[in-house]
Amino acid sequence: MSDILEQAGRASNIGRQELPRDAMWIRRLDPRVRIAALCAYAITLIQLSNISLLLVALALSFFLMSQARLPVVPTIKRVAMMDSFIIFMLMMLPFTMAGTPLFHVFGFPASYEGVMKGIDILLKANAIVMANLALLSTLEPVTLGHALARLKVPAPLVHLLLFTVRYIEVLHEEYNRLLIAMKCRGFLPTNRWHCYKSFGYLVGMLLIRSFERSERIMQAMKCRGFNGQFHLLDDIAFERQDAVFVGFAGLTMLTLLALEILHVLPA
Amino acid sequence: MHIIDAVLTNDVVIGGAVLTLAGLGLGLRKLDMDLIPAAGILSATFFVASLIHVPIGHSSVHLIMNGLAGLILGWAAFPALFVGLLLQAIFFAFGGITVLGVNAINIAGPAVIVGLLFRPFVIGASSAIKAAILGGVSGALAISLTTLFVGISLALSEESLIPAVKLVFLAHIPVMIIEGLLSAAAVYLIYTVKPELFDVMRQIDDTKDEMEG
Repeated sequence: MSDILEQAGRASNIGRQELPRDAMWIRRLDPRVRIAALCAYAITLIQLSNISLLLVALALSFFLMSQARLPVVPTIKRVAMMDSFIIFMLMMLPFTMAGTPLFHVFGFPASYEGVMKGIDILLKANAIVMANLALLSTLEPVTLGHALARLKVPAPLVHLLLFTVRYIEVLHEEYNRLLIAMKCRGFLPTNRWHCYKSFGYLVGMLLIRSFERSERIMQAMKCRGFNGQFHLLDDIAFERQDAVFVGFAGLTMLTLLALEILHVLPA
Repeated sequence: MHIIDAVLTNDVVIGGAVLTLAGLGLGLRKLDMDLIPAAGILSATFFVASLIHVPIGHSSVHLIMNGLAGLILGWAAFPALFVGLLLQAIFFAFGGITVLGVNAINIAGPAVIVGLLFRPFVIGASSAIKAAILGGVSGALAISLTTLFVGISLALSEESLIPAVKLVFLAHIPVMIIEGLLSAAAVYLIYTVKPELFDVMRQIDDTKDEMEG
């Protein structure tokens, strides 16, 4: 339904050829299992500190990603995309953390501890992002809402999510229409007050139009007997393959934690 | 301004999650079933606004517009922006899953604060220019608070980062100015064309009261 959201989870060769069904096992798992597994995996990973274990986890996430048949290049780009704020912080870490100096840049010592901390953060964050892309971004946004409802997330939040998902695409088209209209009239993004004012008007206009749209939607819903209650219809079910996945995932996470606590692997 | 996984320590992550649950609880209490379509569509609008890139110098920044969200949605801005952040984390891999709570506090928290502080004045403003000035102040203040909150969450986890945090805050001043200018222009337009929009969350309450009364 929502193209912008679904781009991330699209398999690499869907549309060109029919995939064998078993190649996509990850996409047929119970959405609730996928959500729970990702949360558990993310929490497990941030508890680890051993670099060799983190490399194992990164390999595991990469395996999940390959199983979900995500296209390699766009996905890697997505993984690498990070806020400039965070990149700057990570680059500052070796210089701000006290410790044994490893190398010098313009006379400033970079500490071994800082570099290791930076590597540690990058490995964990990337492993979690890759697992997220494999397990959750492959969900349909609407299914995500239904799965959250089945996980006892309060109904108002789920409905808010479903409405948001439904209208992101519509409003993105509206935004593109407004932008084309501006460009037709010779609008060029620059650093001038006029440009900022125009962008501000663009956002304001988007809000006004979406507000008017919401009034029309509400009237249409009332006309069809809306009484403040939505009915969620889904076919989410816990099957044998889900039980197998839960078993394997649980064992993997427990093994990672056990290896971390017992200090078996060299750091 | 989205923090990634593994940067923050466990206690900061848990603190953020608890505060976010409280914010969601309060925000959802104000969000009647009747208001959900309007709130959902406005939440989608702010999601789309976050995809807009605005030029700044030779580079560009993407908008957050949390000040404007607070002015329009009030408390409901919290769940509305939370939903946007959840979708960004899952489908764009933008911001970590475990730090979702902290990110929500950093972005939706200032929206609610600004909304509570300035919304009554924007509604009561006597001219579009005055409303626009208030809008500009709210836009700039919300983004400054967001930068400050992100800085605080990083500094709480890693004390050695404090000098870097200060530097980043200064580097974000142009972004604050731009968000302020854009919010001012947007508020000016809304005030002139559709002032009811600032009252969307209360207006429907009123009609309900009338129906009940």
